[in-house]
Amino acid sequence: MNKLYIFLKYFFIVVWTVFVVAPFLWALTTSFKDFQSVNGGVTYIPWVDFEPNLEGWKVLIKSPAKGGVDIIEPYFNSLFVTCTASLISIILGTLSAYALSRYTFKAGFVKNNDITFFFISQRIMPPIVLSIPFFLFLSSINLLDSLTGLIVVYIVLLMPIAVWIMVDFFNKVPREIDETALIDGCNPYQAFLKVVLPNSIPGLIVAGMFCIIFGWIDFFFAFILTFTEVQLLPVKIVALNSSVTPWWSLSASALVSVAPLIIVAFIVERYLSKGNLSGAIK
Amino acid sequence: MDLVANNLSYKPDDQYHLNEVSFNFREGNLYTILGRTLSGKTTLLKTIAGLLTPDSGEIEFDGKNFLKIPVWERNVAMVYQQFINYPHLNVFENIAFPLKQRKIDKSIIKEKVMDALKSVGLLGYENRKIQELSGGQQQRVSLARSLVKNAKILLLDEPLVNLDYKLREQLREEFKNLFSKGLADETILIYSTTDPRETMELNGEVIVLDEGKVLQVGPAKEIFENPNSLKVAEISNDPPMNIIEAKISDNQIRFEGVDVEAPQHLSKLTEDGLKIGLRSSDIELSENGHEFEVELAEISGSETLLHLKRGNTKIIVSIEEVLNFKIHDKVKINFKIDRAYAFHADGKLASSPFGDLNG
Repeated sequence: MNKLYIFLKYFFIVVWTVFVVAPFLWALTTSFKDFQSVNGGVTYIPWVDFEPNLEGWKVLIKSPAKGGVDIIEPYFNSLFVTCTASLISIILGTLSAYALSRYTFKAGFVKNNDITFFFISQRIMPPIVLSIPFFLFLSSINLLDSLTGLIVVYIVLLMPIAVWIMVDFFNKVPREIDETALIDGCNPYQAFLKVVLPNSIPGLIVAGMFCIIFGWIDFFFAFILTFTEVQLLPVKIVALNSSVTPWWSLSASALVSVAPLIIVAFIVERYLSKGNLSGAIK
Repeated sequence: MDLVANNLSYKPDDQYHLNEVSFNFREGNLYTILGRTLSGKTTLLKTIAGLLTPDSGEIEFDGKNFLKIPVWERNVAMVYQQFINYPHLNVFENIAFPLKQRKIDKSIIKEKVMDALKSVGLLGYENRKIQELSGGQQQRVSLARSLVKNAKILLLDEPLVNLDYKLREQLREEFKNLFSKGLADETILIYSTTDPRETMELNGEVIVLDEGKVLQVGPAKEIFENPNSLKVAEISNDPPMNIIEAKISDNQIRFEGVDVEAPQHLSKLTEDGLKIGLRSSDIELSENGHEFEVELAEISGSETLLHLKRGNTKIIVSIEEVLNFKIHDKVKINFKIDRAYAFHADGKLASSPFGDLNG
């Protein structure tokens, strides 16, 4: 019985691992293939099945003048926009979430829950609905086709995620902790910074991770709100496609674009398991 | 330095949490706020701490208007019924937190924290994480954190209620030691509890609170001997005092076909709607007593609580031994009627076995 259990456990782990890792390996081998190897049937092992070459990778860093599609600039654009927008969203989102969790707001029939829902409702709307007002808004303040414009739009998209996650998180941090901090001589700002925030790190990490993921993978707004001056990575990758689909460089760029998320996931995973709120109230 | 409150009221919804509460607390004294859950005890403590602003009324401390001073400048300390500590800090850092907030020199902080740890019996635990401590130890840490500040006002909000029986006894003993050690010389100690026994043991000045209203103020002994109303009698006894609707005539107390000779202090009361109050410990099993039916028998510790019924009269009897009864058993009981209280129809105390009402 026990052996069967262990066997099944590892069996499923192996199946799942193959399921997850196979596409990456497939993309990795494909990125080293040329036209013949891609179209010449299914091949897996370099040097045995096909002759690897670096053409798919070189295209990514060659300038357009030399027949390449320089993705370095869009790559750093994407990194910059995502990180800046995420950071600002987390800061603003955490502050508003704390206020929504701790203070009572009332304006007519609008109360705390309605305000929280208002934030989330921004994500419920299909992006296509938002695209026209965003376009007109950015064009009226001359921020179309600029990094700043994209950051503004991404904050609108990412902050609701941060608010949503953090309101829920702060609601689970007992109010008595804030009160104790006040009694122990903190003013409300110190209570937030010295006591509430350090106990909310797991929530901050989750919120940050979601912001980074949603910011990084967005194609739609990056596509609509930029033209020539500024390009983000997802748009550039799609632009790789031409009459002949360059599977090798597409695979290479896919790997490059997913790399930051994998790195983030590995770093964050260690903190996430460490939730340390237990012991605040027993 | 006195803490004086005048007509504090707080009504956040349609119910009063505090209703015209006034008091005058003097330094060096222990005050016990006794009341059932939701009677406004926590609200009162939070108002004193400054976490709540009352709708009306005033609080003065040391002659200054306390309501104008924000919480973080009030120099109060509070221990909650839940064990509140900072989970991201270890034991030492937790206790040092209020001192660091005051920017005190590091070596002095260390000395004070060690003193506080010693007085709550947690020396050697300073590097532990809060999560690694038991409930009782966590509560000691929060007590140490409130002691270390040398606050002028120390608020304890049902600090023992979430602990198990044995720890409660032990910590209560330690509290008493701490309070009597001269800690209280310059401090106003305010301790809230639902437990009448705790109130009597702490033996301070008692404020009986119910639905936000102060019902009676006085030393523990007086509250016990002369509860001024039915409500106070119920709140200050556990199990609550038995209330029997009876009639007194011809020197006999009559109810449900039971006739008991009225003691001297009750014999002159002949009005209608009189209620007789008798503590559950003042009723005993007796072969030649009055017959009652058992509705429920619970054994708690070394005590048996019998819920008895006769006609429409229900009473609780506590017996200092473990006995087994079945539901619907018949038992015979005797009343130690010379310890009975009498209350008027409006709930006011009419007569007490301890004599003069104002005495």
